[in-house]
Amino acid sequence: MRRVALLALLAHWRRRPGQLATLLIGIALATALWSAVQAINVEARASYDRAATVLGPDRYETLSDPSGAIALETFIALRRGGWLVSPVLQGRFVSGDIPVQIVGLEMLTAPSGAVPITPASEGEINPLEMISSPGLGFAAPETIALLESSDNLPPLQPNEFVPPSQIVMDIGIAERLLDRQGQMSFLMVLPEQPLKQTALSEISPDLVLNSAEQQADLARLTNSFHLNLTAFGMLSFVVGLFIVHGAIGLAFEQRRGTFRTLRALGLPARDLMLILVIELLVLAMLAGAIGIAIGYAIAGALLPDVAATLDGLYGAQVPGILSFSPAWALAALAFAIFGALVAAGQGLWRVQSMPLLASAQSRAWATVSAVSLRRQAMVGAILIVAGIASIWLFDGLLAGFALLAGLLLGSALLLPAALATVLSIGASTSRNAEGQWFWADTRQQLPGLSLALMALLLALAANIGVSTMVGSFRLTFTGWLDQRLASELYVTVTNAAESDRFETWLNGRVDAVLPIISVDSEIEGITGEIYGVVDHETYRENWPILVSRQGVWDDLATGNSALINEQLAYREDLSVGDPVSLGPGWTLPVAGIYSDYGNPTGQVMVSLELLESRYPDRPRLSFGLRTDEPEALAATLRDEFGPDALRIVDQATIKNFSLRVFERTFTVTTALNVLTLSVAAFAMLTALLTLANLRLPQLAPVWALGMTRKRLMQLELLRSLALAALTFIFAVPVGLALAWSLLAVVNVEAFGWRLPMHVFPTQWLVLLLLALAAALIAAALPARRLARTGPASFLKVFAVER
Amino acid sequence: MLVEAIDIHKSYRAGDGQLSVLNGVSLELGEGETLALTGESGSGKSTLLHLLAALDTPDEGSIILDDKPLIGLDDVRRAEIRRQTIGLVFQQFNLIPALDVDANIAFQAKLAGRHDTTWQKELVGRLGLTELLSRYPEQLSGGQQQRVAIGRALAVRPRVLMVDEPTGNLDEASADAVMGLLLDLVSETNAGLLMVTHSTLLAGRLSRCQHLSGGRLE
Repeated sequence: MRRVALLALLAHWRRRPGQLATLLIGIALATALWSAVQAINVEARASYDRAATVLGPDRYETLSDPSGAIALETFIALRRGGWLVSPVLQGRFVSGDIPVQIVGLEMLTAPSGAVPITPASEGEINPLEMISSPGLGFAAPETIALLESSDNLPPLQPNEFVPPSQIVMDIGIAERLLDRQGQMSFLMVLPEQPLKQTALSEISPDLVLNSAEQQADLARLTNSFHLNLTAFGMLSFVVGLFIVHGAIGLAFEQRRGTFRTLRALGLPARDLMLILVIELLVLAMLAGAIGIAIGYAIAGALLPDVAATLDGLYGAQVPGILSFSPAWALAALAFAIFGALVAAGQGLWRVQSMPLLASAQSRAWATVSAVSLRRQAMVGAILIVAGIASIWLFDGLLAGFALLAGLLLGSALLLPAALATVLSIGASTSRNAEGQWFWADTRQQLPGLSLALMALLLALAANIGVSTMVGSFRLTFTGWLDQRLASELYVTVTNAAESDRFETWLNGRVDAVLPIISVDSEIEGITGEIYGVVDHETYRENWPILVSRQGVWDDLATGNSALINEQLAYREDLSVGDPVSLGPGWTLPVAGIYSDYGNPTGQVMVSLELLESRYPDRPRLSFGLRTDEPEALAATLRDEFGPDALRIVDQATIKNFSLRVFERTFTVTTALNVLTLSVAAFAMLTALLTLANLRLPQLAPVWALGMTRKRLMQLELLRSLALAALTFIFAVPVGLALAWSLLAVVNVEAFGWRLPMHVFPTQWLVLLLLALAAALIAAALPARRLARTGPASFLKVFAVER
Repeated sequence: MLVEAIDIHKSYRAGDGQLSVLNGVSLELGEGETLALTGESGSGKSTLLHLLAALDTPDEGSIILDDKPLIGLDDVRRAEIRRQTIGLVFQQFNLIPALDVDANIAFQAKLAGRHDTTWQKELVGRLGLTELLSRYPEQLSGGQQQRVAIGRALAVRPRVLMVDEPTGNLDEASADAVMGLLLDLVSETNAGLLMVTHSTLLAGRLSRCQHLSGGRLE
């Protein structure tokens, strides 16, 4: 009985292969974008975990000296005092053109979890080979591939536990490579310590014990980025489900007669439901598998840009090659099934509650009463209000994303009622029959099209919101770069000995020399950077100060105050005049706050003299040079000091590099934007194709009363364009609200900086044209079909009802 | 002559073969004349009505409507003739669901560019629709929908009114009332009336009656 019933139900799909394809494509698209985003997230998180396995900041406590490196004597004193610590030297090294991070460990004392030697490889590596010259380095296979032609590194052993762009080696080899003999960046505190130890304050009061939580946590830092990606994936998933909902809803309605007959012939309602659920599961699994394959391909295409973004924003290293994870595929499949069941929920419920003697005729599938339209609008308004209220109710990113979700979903739910109002006004103000019918009929099509239009609204609003955010960011960032990079040349001297000669040589040859030194310190208890700058008009005229007190630069020059970056001010809730702690026993009042986009950590500026007085051993290695002839000066410097002694970068190169990083950062967002818009266009196409089957009875009388098929086709196209244009008009304020939320709430929570909002009407125009093109393409197929409909098909409408 | 059909043939594809519906039908209808077309189910009455109303084209034969030959006309001209010359009332009324009663009645007249508010007002009054003007088709009973369909067909002041089973959904009393009204209005406008019906009673109220059987008129 069940088999016969199943065959009877499946016959529907044989007769309507197009509908089956729509359903499968809907599920596949929804799954594809969602799973692509998840694949990227999984890959990135795996990289963070790999980074954590090497030096495990969240696994080991560390001891650091806010004034800089830890001296060898301190290390020895600690060991003698009973502290089981292991030294680590970290530094940046450029091999060829490729920058890498060198991590030097003392292999004998480092905790086993920090040394990248797996039990499998243990026997193959000779410990002597690691510590004796030329040494042995461990790096990820992709890093080794990049460094293939390097000749200034020790031999490299592939190790998948080392994050990309990092080389782990013995500390002695690292010291030679980085030219930092006897220095230690920090000390790892081994998990098991003896009970009796000399107090830290007695050995070295300057040392700071960092708990695992206080240290930089890539996973936490990048959380907002992944949340963003997830939000986009979810948006695409919801848009895809709209397609599925439409296709399943229509299929269920068209099979009402079959359902009734099967029930009448003795099939229990429970069995009917079971068959329908099994049918749905099979379809969902099939389409889900296709979606996973598409998702994998999309993730593979997007990953290099994501890697660039994460590197640019957070310095997080993620390989650009995607690996396949069965857990990810299973999760994506489960999500596809879950989505299909959600989309089919309403249809299944209707079948479950359908009386045995229900009408076999398809109800007007796409009808909705004014009451339910009002109810839906009410829910939409409540969601928007709830989203806005979440700013006060929740903290952090949750508030930002709740606001975004409330705005988007609320506006989508409000859309049909808003469109209905506009169309009613159109109908009532139209004087001729064609216009009256056009508006009224368009209003009548709304229920059937509303899901697709809601999907279009979501896609358009997201597009406007994100492009406004990116555009505002780009504009602000470009201006900010001009302010921050005021010097024409930036020179880094490779060692302290050259530094004095360099400064002396420059005397009188440039308009100004602006030495820059920086130290890492515990700023308000969290590691950050302190920069020392000279008092010069370059800073006074250009530095991107957001808020400051009178005479800020004079204050800074006297060493009585500090400037802090916006993210530090936001994180620690600091305002101008508040004291800021720059390390043990060092506090200065805040004289001003400056913008510092793209920097994930807190930063402070003090006068160069003050910083040098506190860190007398810190050499001047970086300089900004003011000159009218940067190219000539760079050439002279290379001649004078040799090509390797100085690293010279001109302002334009840094700006180009920064802008390139910026553009890559948002490539992923743009790609996801386009994909979401494509899915929305497909949703519109499927909705119009679905409606086309129901349209004939509505169009036949109009044709019979004297309107040509050509005119009907033109009006069908015009209807689609009008709806897309109206949806776009509604999407503009929603998109702007979204942009404001991103700039003023999400960005501030995620990065600690707020950007001014700019609007870009030209971009809207392009988007409007895109939306109209999508609507036209979506309407073209059903319209063409209508134009080709012969009189016999129209006449059937009058005859069928006989 | 208002309508002149000569030797009309029409067949449809049915499975592998052709189903011949009309085999050489000829008829005439003059101004102010009323003609009933009767016949069994499937005899081709509606097919003939559709051909005469420029909704479909015959395989053979010619149709002249208000001195204009229909054969060979393109879609635009045929639509114009339907708009300007013919008033159509379908058995299932086929009102436009998106429009209210007022707009439904005015629809064809406005399309034809001949909307006369005074005439429409008079029609509405005589059809008893004054209170229903702002309602939508789904909110009307079958009888009310029927009257709206008649109003729509007459509002354009057609040269020929073609009606398919106008009272099929009405009880006897209502059918009689609607029929009386229809005949009064046709007589006042001097239009020709062609009515497809099963009812011999109704057919008897018209000036002529022709029976269709086996694809031919008797």
